[in-house]
Amino acid sequence: MSQTTRTNAEPLVEITLRVNGVMRTAAAPARRLLSDFLRHELRLTGTHVGCEHGVCGACTVLVDGMPMRSCLMFAVTAQDHEITTVEGLAPAVEGTGNGTGTYTMSPVQQAFIECHGLQCGFCTPGFLTTITAYLQENPEPTETEAREAISGNLCRCTGYQNIVKSVLRAAEINRERGASA
Amino acid sequence: MFGAPVQRREDPRLVTGNGRYLDDLGQDALAAAFVRSPYAHARILDIDVTDAIEIPGVIAIYTYEDLDAKTAERLPLLIPHPDLTNPMTGYCLAREVVKHVGEAVVMVVATDRYVAEDACERVKVDYEQLPVVVGLEKSRAAEVLVHAEAPGNVAAHMVQEVGDAAAAIATAPHRLSLSLQIERSASMPMEGRGVYARWDGDEQSIRLYSSTQTSTGVRAAVAAKLGMPLAKVECIAPDVGGGFGVKIVHPWPEEVLIPWAARRLDAEVKWVEDRREHFISSAHERAQLQDVEVGFDDAGRVLGLSVKFWHDNGAYTPYGIITPIITSTQLLGPYKPGAYRCEFFSMYTTTVMVTPYRGAGRPQGVFAMERTMDAIADYLGLDRTDVRSANFIQVEDMPYDHGLLFQDGRPLIYDSGDFPASLAKLKALVGWDDFAAYRTQAEAQGRRVGLGIGCYVEGTGVGPYEGGHIQIETTGRVNVSTGLTSQGQGHQTVFAQIVADELGVPIDDVFVTTGDTRRFGYAVGTFASRAAVMSGNAIALAARNVREKALRIAGEALEVDPGDLEIVEGIVRVKGDSESSIALATVAVLSNPLRYAFDESAKAATQFVGSGNTDLSKPPVAEGEEPGLEGKDFYSPPRATFANGMHAAIVETDPQTAEITILRYCVVHDCGRMINPMIVEGQVHGGVAQGVGGALYERMVYDDAGQLLNASFMDFLMPYASEVPHIETDHLETPSPLNPLGIKGAGEAGCIPVSAVIAGAIEDAEGFPITSMPISPDELWDLRRQHAEGLIPDLRRGSRSVATTTRTTQTTPIA
Repeated sequence: MSQTTRTNAEPLVEITLRVNGVMRTAAAPARRLLSDFLRHELRLTGTHVGCEHGVCGACTVLVDGMPMRSCLMFAVTAQDHEITTVEGLAPAVEGTGNGTGTYTMSPVQQAFIECHGLQCGFCTPGFLTTITAYLQENPEPTETEAREAISGNLCRCTGYQNIVKSVLRAAEINRERGASA
Repeated sequence: MFGAPVQRREDPRLVTGNGRYLDDLGQDALAAAFVRSPYAHARILDIDVTDAIEIPGVIAIYTYEDLDAKTAERLPLLIPHPDLTNPMTGYCLAREVVKHVGEAVVMVVATDRYVAEDACERVKVDYEQLPVVVGLEKSRAAEVLVHAEAPGNVAAHMVQEVGDAAAAIATAPHRLSLSLQIERSASMPMEGRGVYARWDGDEQSIRLYSSTQTSTGVRAAVAAKLGMPLAKVECIAPDVGGGFGVKIVHPWPEEVLIPWAARRLDAEVKWVEDRREHFISSAHERAQLQDVEVGFDDAGRVLGLSVKFWHDNGAYTPYGIITPIITSTQLLGPYKPGAYRCEFFSMYTTTVMVTPYRGAGRPQGVFAMERTMDAIADYLGLDRTDVRSANFIQVEDMPYDHGLLFQDGRPLIYDSGDFPASLAKLKALVGWDDFAAYRTQAEAQGRRVGLGIGCYVEGTGVGPYEGGHIQIETTGRVNVSTGLTSQGQGHQTVFAQIVADELGVPIDDVFVTTGDTRRFGYAVGTFASRAAVMSGNAIALAARNVREKALRIAGEALEVDPGDLEIVEGIVRVKGDSESSIALATVAVLSNPLRYAFDESAKAATQFVGSGNTDLSKPPVAEGEEPGLEGKDFYSPPRATFANGMHAAIVETDPQTAEITILRYCVVHDCGRMINPMIVEGQVHGGVAQGVGGALYERMVYDDAGQLLNASFMDFLMPYASEVPHIETDHLETPSPLNPLGIKGAGEAGCIPVSAVIAGAIEDAEGFPITSMPISPDELWDLRRQHAEGLIPDLRRGSRSVATTTRTTQTTPIA
């Protein structure tokens, strides 16, 4: 065995990102991936890492509203951009995210609950961000379009049936909320 | 609540980013990373860590030489079996030799995972490469031995026989033989494995979090390995991002090493598996070579069946021979085989070990049986469903004893099922009898379509037991705990449904905890589609105990016979007199005689406040009673309960490109009474998707040197939404007579018959036998070429009235 004492690992840089509408600053090595920076420096652990090579889509966040694989981006390169994670999808209200069970839901989140669009929930944040962006672009997808929209993300639990349904239901909730607003 | 499609209680947390998976915990822990063998078989000559230790941030580097006491011994053989004569398990860190690519050799602990991985790259290991054994053919040839202790590379040889199969086949009017093959796939949960250990130097205790399917199993194994009292080790499975079998194996080397290092370094240590590690260091499943001989009569009734198969168990056998045992027993499906003999060899190769993956040997067994049924139908020119019907166990035959021993060491006795009814439903759903017309229409358009079917029976809810504990707080909150773990099955919802019904409380008051040894210490784990059956029934029994106690206490308080009381929406009341009532919350207060009032409601239970009719001659806690409105119970079944299902698919194969498209996929499923049909349906969907992956896309591609060539999501083709067809489902509910709730497991069902169904459909489309799965378009294209060259026989297609002159059996040489 070889053992040393705890020392600082490597030079750190200050990284400032606008995440879910809030300016956040933390020090991290320049090579820190955006996914790891969000999860470990900013402790926004809702973004998950499934493959670290950009294939599974679990780590998808919105960068200036566009879905991006946060495991394929350095945190430093995300500076000056607006990042939205799963934690930022729901309208911010008091009590959100405190673990007490009181949450407000975005239409996509609500649809996933209603349609049983998730099982283990690990890939879900990537689907939620992807679909949120997609519905902005195409608010009234057909079933075929909905399937196409989610076909860049892997899920091992659901067989995608209820995720397709969730996309369609989310579009419907968007319309319902739009009508009542 | 029971039987209702209740929305999941876990979802609000999980869709808002408030889940807590393994890597979400221990943010300040030290990070571990591993140097893993780049060779499939090699001797370790030297390990040099001098460069690595220089890297700032590296805390410690460990090799096998550093391991002490029991951590230096081999990992346990979890499931010994008399026929597993040459078991072999690995070490936490490789000792002298490595037996597969990915085996852990060195552990680095650093302040940060990036640094730990840097250090791994700078560790120099000198290896002497040794000859490798890749694939069952090489293993059977045994020119090289994986383990000197296992002659012929045979880990286990097992034979089970009912009747005289050889004689029955020899005297049968018709005989066929088939050679079949199925390749490796893997569970591949979206979250890999992970371990996080918190050593408490003051208490000399470990709190361990693991992304496991059995926290009680990990706890016991870690306590044993670390030489610690069980009371000083706790294990928690937090939110787990999918399991599908691979996470039932324990202790993984990392599950021992991380707490060991935490104790040694007096620090928190965490390791999170990356995707490549999961491919090369966890476990795979499925690969088998099968030889089938069957004798049958003019109606297609099987008179004798003899199956011999070789199962690739990889380099180690910690999970014993559970998977091949399941293949050999569940192969029988819904059929009465006449005489049956099954012989298997579980074989070593220098590849990642093989342990159960969803279906656990059943997809292979069902593949063998259903290919056989199709071959019989083709030979006799009968409809494939007629041949199946001729062999079905009938409702009046239940319970049906196959005369074999199942994977739990208990008799293979089917408890219930209505196979003819299931088949009728499936034929209606897929439009079996209309397919000929559809095919004619398609063929007129130059399209090639085929219809396939697969039937299976799945032993679910194996013992030995699970337990449940329920405690009602003085606020009315109902805490439920059970020891087995959750990986997305919705246990927090379905167990709450059961408790809400049994106790008569609103489901919103029920809070379920699973997989936390601090809350419930006795459990087996989540596997074999057993959670709903085992913990569901245990929790129901516990709830009945608590209900009885609540009624007893309420009866005293209300001065009525407990038999006259009911509980509705958390209020205990006299039947037919809702005025006379007491809240369950208040009953909880009264259940615990107090000296000290901790809040307003607690005053009612203090010693000077009690109701005026207290009998002062009796102790405050009556004899045989315990304080608190809580109860616990266990469910231990005599044997497994058997679910079943039947799938059918219509596929189209492109005449030019051999691209295979599933046009329709239909499922009829019977898992007894459904607690939550929405969740059952979700389980079936997910299983079918994995089955489709295993049939058309997923395989582990090893080269001749034992390198896994497709160890990434780029190259291992897991289905996306674009690959999974729309799934049509129908259900039958044949209750199990074995358990109080009448339920059967549903977790694995969806994936079991898919390869058999798709093979049957492709064969039906193409007109020649399909004997190996998975199948890709280029393989199908190559089979067409071989068929055109006369290397593969035609199907006789008597059922399609296509004239043939040759009488060949379906035998295909294995590549």
